[in-house]
Amino acid sequence: MLELIEGHYAYFFLMLLFTIGLYAMMMKRNLVKKIMGMSMIQSATIMVWIVSAYKEGATIPVLDPNIPLDNPDLYLNPLPHTLMLTAIVVAVVTLGVSLTLAVAVYRNFNTLDEQELLDRTKEK
Amino acid sequence: MMEHIAQSSPALIPVLYLMASILIPIAGYFRVYWAYLVALLFSAAAFSLSIIGLLEVLNSGAISYHLGGWMPPLGIELVLDPLSGFILAIISGSTLLVMFYAEDSINHEISYNAMPFYSLSMLLLGGLAGMTLTGDLFNLYVFLEIVALAGYALLAIGNKRAPFSAFRYLTLGTAGAAFYLLGVSFIFISTGTLNMADIAAVLPYVENQTPVIVGLVLIILGIFVKMGIFPLHQWLPDAYTHASSTATALIAPIGTKVAAYVLIRALTIYEFPPIIDLLSWVAVASIVAGSILAISQKNIKRMLAYSSVANIGYITLGITLANPLAFIGALLHILNHAMMKAALFLSAGGIQNKMGTLDIRKMRGFPTVMPITAFAFIIAVFSMVGIPPTGGFFSKLYLVLGAIEAQEWFFVFAIVLSTLLGIVYLFRFINIAFFRFYEKSDDKVINQSDVLKLPFKGEQEELDSKKFELNKRNEMSPTMLIPVLIIAVGIILVGVFNGYIVDNVLNFAVPDFTQFNK
Repeated sequence: MLELIEGHYAYFFLMLLFTIGLYAMMMKRNLVKKIMGMSMIQSATIMVWIVSAYKEGATIPVLDPNIPLDNPDLYLNPLPHTLMLTAIVVAVVTLGVSLTLAVAVYRNFNTLDEQELLDRTKEK
Repeated sequence: MMEHIAQSSPALIPVLYLMASILIPIAGYFRVYWAYLVALLFSAAAFSLSIIGLLEVLNSGAISYHLGGWMPPLGIELVLDPLSGFILAIISGSTLLVMFYAEDSINHEISYNAMPFYSLSMLLLGGLAGMTLTGDLFNLYVFLEIVALAGYALLAIGNKRAPFSAFRYLTLGTAGAAFYLLGVSFIFISTGTLNMADIAAVLPYVENQTPVIVGLVLIILGIFVKMGIFPLHQWLPDAYTHASSTATALIAPIGTKVAAYVLIRALTIYEFPPIIDLLSWVAVASIVAGSILAISQKNIKRMLAYSSVANIGYITLGITLANPLAFIGALLHILNHAMMKAALFLSAGGIQNKMGTLDIRKMRGFPTVMPITAFAFIIAVFSMVGIPPTGGFFSKLYLVLGAIEAQEWFFVFAIVLSTLLGIVYLFRFINIAFFRFYEKSDDKVINQSDVLKLPFKGEQEELDSKKFELNKRNEMSPTMLIPVLIIAVGIILVGVFNGYIVDNVLNFAVPDFTQFNK
């Protein structure tokens, strides 16, 4: 049991972060808090990829004459990091669009409270 | 030359759309009409390319295009096979018709935002085409987010409530995309590759299959949000109702269908029967719940949105019954549903323009002023309910036959039941529109009971004399009418020639996983 926690504590932490984000996104009434929860979910997902690419004692995948080539354990897999660069860009763009929409909502209704907005936008 | 174009069509189609989305702001800077022309031209080019590509694929097998010249397991691969070619032809065809329709409708509803609308819709289409073609899981995520971001912005252009419903879609959609990305990470950790074909080849040698199953479940959960299937459908009716009618007509026929296509792709990666069984129950829940929720709606766009929830259920059911007949039914239903939803939303937009309302109760007698629109509308309604010889009848027939072959009698019952529910909600509208006398819409509140009340004998004579008064025709403008009519004729043609489509296209598109419970 202790071994499981010791070997995977980063994943437990990230799952916790993901769940907190999901909770904030669903239960908080303020739209900006929802956006924060959304960002937490995205960060947790990105960090799962980064943590999974970590290897003890490995180095960056640039050829070093001091490190033997026949052992791939000595080099990291760079693919997850490059993929997550794209995912970070996507997260930033989503954040921008969501804040824009929040501003548009505030201009139209003068409130950011979800329950209030739901009441006001209800069809007659 | 022609051969060469056909071979590189998988890369050309998304690139064409993306190029258009960049060119449109430049053209629109000078004149908004030029932006419209660029959008129309590029969608026509993409449609003809997708037809060329589909014919080439049917003649000489699947085309695999390697981006940047990198070979598949490492590089990104675009695959055009009969399945993706078929979906791509539907996407680009329906876009061309909607773009043709767009100008008048946009000038009427959202003229201040016309140029961004064209640019965003091309960006959306580029993403959808990319989602259809890509053979790489992470590349799929990127295209998924392009579609989603363009979609949020498109759906936020509309009436006063549109930004709020788009915001709710955004939070749900982002959570769905995060689930998808998390699922991909599980599969990548287990297999070390992102290419779909390579994953399918590597998986049998993976020792511990549990992370793969968890990853698959997370991916499917993410796709479900995008599909708007029953428990996760809340974003869909609001977003469709408050957006402009052109945006709805663009997104409703194809957006959720492409997500369903991604579901097919995800299921071909790894066959895990318990998930597939569970999915078919979710699909049935979606069919029944969507039909029941549609009955009580007063707004016509909202009613059609709920019927989209029901119809995505049919498609999912056809996929998850996992036998060739039901699968062909699902593919045919993707085509039929795209056509009838496009026709219904396009004519709803026209009705909104001319009658000034979307309230079903205020649409009494609109066929007397808009007879041609009403004709197209009723054909689409027939197809939705499944009356031969329209296309909708045959796709439902294949689905029922598939369910019988799988010996799932409850699913047969559910399909028939929801067809009856479809009659209830669609013919309620038909009853108000076609069997009441025309009244100019005003803000007078009309109770449902007043609408359905039959006139007394004395009133009847008075009404009969009213009937002969000719109402002035107030039809949609020709550029809006022609696409609707083309689709209406297409619905009947697909019904009549469904055997030809099934024999020549769909039979080649059935994937392997549908064979496993034979």
